[in-house]
Amino acid sequence: MTAIFKRELKSYLTSMVGYLFIFFVLVLTGIYFSAYQLSGGYSKFETTLSALTFVFLIGVPILSMRVLAEERKQKTDQLLLTAPVSVWDIVFGKYLALVAVFAIPVVIMCVYPLIMSKFGTISYDSAYTGILGFFLLGCANLAIGVFMSALTESQVIAAVLTFVFLFAFYMMNGISSFFSQTSMSTAVAFGLLIVAIAIIIYTMIKNVLISVVIGAVGEIALVIVYVVKSSIFQGGIQKVLNVFNLSGHYDNFTNGVFDVTGIVYFISVIAICLFLTMQSIQKRRWN
Amino acid sequence: MIEVSNLVKKYGNHTAVDHLSFQIEKGKIYGFLGPNGAGKSTTMNMITGYIASTEGKVMIDGHDILEEPEAAKKCIGYLPEMPPLYFDMTVLEYMKFAADLKKIPRNQKDKQIKEVMDMVKITDMKDRLIKNLSKGYRQRVGLAQAILGYPEVIILDEPTGGLDPKQIIEIRDLIKGLKQKHTVILSSHILSEVRAVCDYVLIISHGKLVASDTPDNLERLAAGSNSLLMKIKGEKDTIRKALETIEGVTGVEMSYDSDEKLWKTKLSIQENVDIREKVFYAMAKANCPIYEMQVKRVSLEDVFLELTEGEKKSAGKPESSQWKPVEDRSSEEEKTQEEKNGEPEKASDEKEGDQS
Repeated sequence: MTAIFKRELKSYLTSMVGYLFIFFVLVLTGIYFSAYQLSGGYSKFETTLSALTFVFLIGVPILSMRVLAEERKQKTDQLLLTAPVSVWDIVFGKYLALVAVFAIPVVIMCVYPLIMSKFGTISYDSAYTGILGFFLLGCANLAIGVFMSALTESQVIAAVLTFVFLFAFYMMNGISSFFSQTSMSTAVAFGLLIVAIAIIIYTMIKNVLISVVIGAVGEIALVIVYVVKSSIFQGGIQKVLNVFNLSGHYDNFTNGVFDVTGIVYFISVIAICLFLTMQSIQKRRWN
Repeated sequence: MIEVSNLVKKYGNHTAVDHLSFQIEKGKIYGFLGPNGAGKSTTMNMITGYIASTEGKVMIDGHDILEEPEAAKKCIGYLPEMPPLYFDMTVLEYMKFAADLKKIPRNQKDKQIKEVMDMVKITDMKDRLIKNLSKGYRQRVGLAQAILGYPEVIILDEPTGGLDPKQIIEIRDLIKGLKQKHTVILSSHILSEVRAVCDYVLIISHGKLVASDTPDNLERLAAGSNSLLMKIKGEKDTIRKALETIEGVTGVEMSYDSDEKLWKTKLSIQENVDIREKVFYAMAKANCPIYEMQVKRVSLEDVFLELTEGEKKSAGKPESSQWKPVEDRSSEEEKTQEEKNGEPEKASDEKEGDQS
């Protein structure tokens, strides 16, 4: 793992990509910092951080697109997968290298509250909590980027996919408000979801009977629950979509709350994405 | 060392490797021979654990490649068809990375890297970026990576692909040198290469193992054994009768060449019997001059073609094609033969000989 981590980090720091990412994050931080803190005189560094989340939409795809896609395209994955290292070591080593690159601007950001303290009293606790949140959000986004990069051998497709997903998660508050909150519409949406799952199962196992049975059982259970107690469907779509609401969890941190559930949430997102990355690499070996 | 049993790989409906079983023993060079798309690379990828098999088992030194991948992969060095190189690294950086990947102990790392780089002669290139290297040097860096760590088995997928003749010879010598300490498996569709390098040949066609033996044995066991190709002047029946009485002849095939007014004759003979002298005297006795005589040994090439083309039987076409090149370059040989034989009447028949 350390071998892969070292190689990957070195490759980011000897090519443009790593510096481009660091530059991009720091420039935007600087702009917001001068606007809010230096000119505006706000004492809260968190306002800058909360305005900054969109840097990930552009920065993360740039950084993560090549991480696995390029290996596959250049066939260098043959070296890694035939070496005595596990797939987990490969994925985690690469992910850690991305996190290390991202940590560079974050460490520099840690200086900003100190600069501000020259001009008045500020709350270090809430400022550094905000930075922690920013770091965790970035790490979660990078994990999503790594997963997207594992799905394709084209860097462009990986970048676009990453952008689309990050954008959807970024806009999740707005997207979930489009949907009606009534239990009726929620039940219909879940019903469609079950059909979709049955179809996906069919494409995977090519067995009509099993997929129809799974779909039918799901629909019947849904109808029974709806008839017995329809009120639990109230606002169900929003609850489901909220799972993907990365920026919602981040908002707690920028409001100065040291949110343990948020930390657990981000670590879970990272773990799930890296797990899926491993699975997609394994799946390709078996196909 | 390596045990492959009932290996199957399916891509959708296409079966790339079809119930392949063989064993690899220590200290030999094995050659995978087969036409393009025969499943050589797929098999190698499965042995090295790059892809998983649909069915079947690969055991490396007692470790199943799918169940104990790390233990099994430690015994293998692999050079895929396309060397897996990072273009943004220098040769030395790449070798260090490969050494770290293979978990070579720190105290041996530098020494081993130096040894291996000397072995494949890339020491002069160690500070060059891999993207600036020529194809031949890239291949060598890939080979160095496979040798690094001195694994017990070194698997090379078309190690001489795309190299110039001098490099090919160098790489072949290098591979031969590896035999002392390692077991080598290499794939190739170049027959002369396999003939020159390998101790044992596995011929694969359409994902199936069609033959496995030493190159010499394969040639010997091939159908038809040896034959004698001749051009004789005279009456068909006289020639045939005279030839059939010779001991050791198992068959005579004749066809008339109207251009030269000669009988093209193919004698099938028993193994390890040299009947050329007897044929000469028999023909002299029958008053039928021999214009040309050639011993045709079944080459690895014939075995390969016969085994991999399956449906085409060697009796018809391949033999006539064996004849043709002889005719094309015949004029000079014939002339010298005539002079040796000292038979003046042939000269008038031989138009080309007169002209030249």
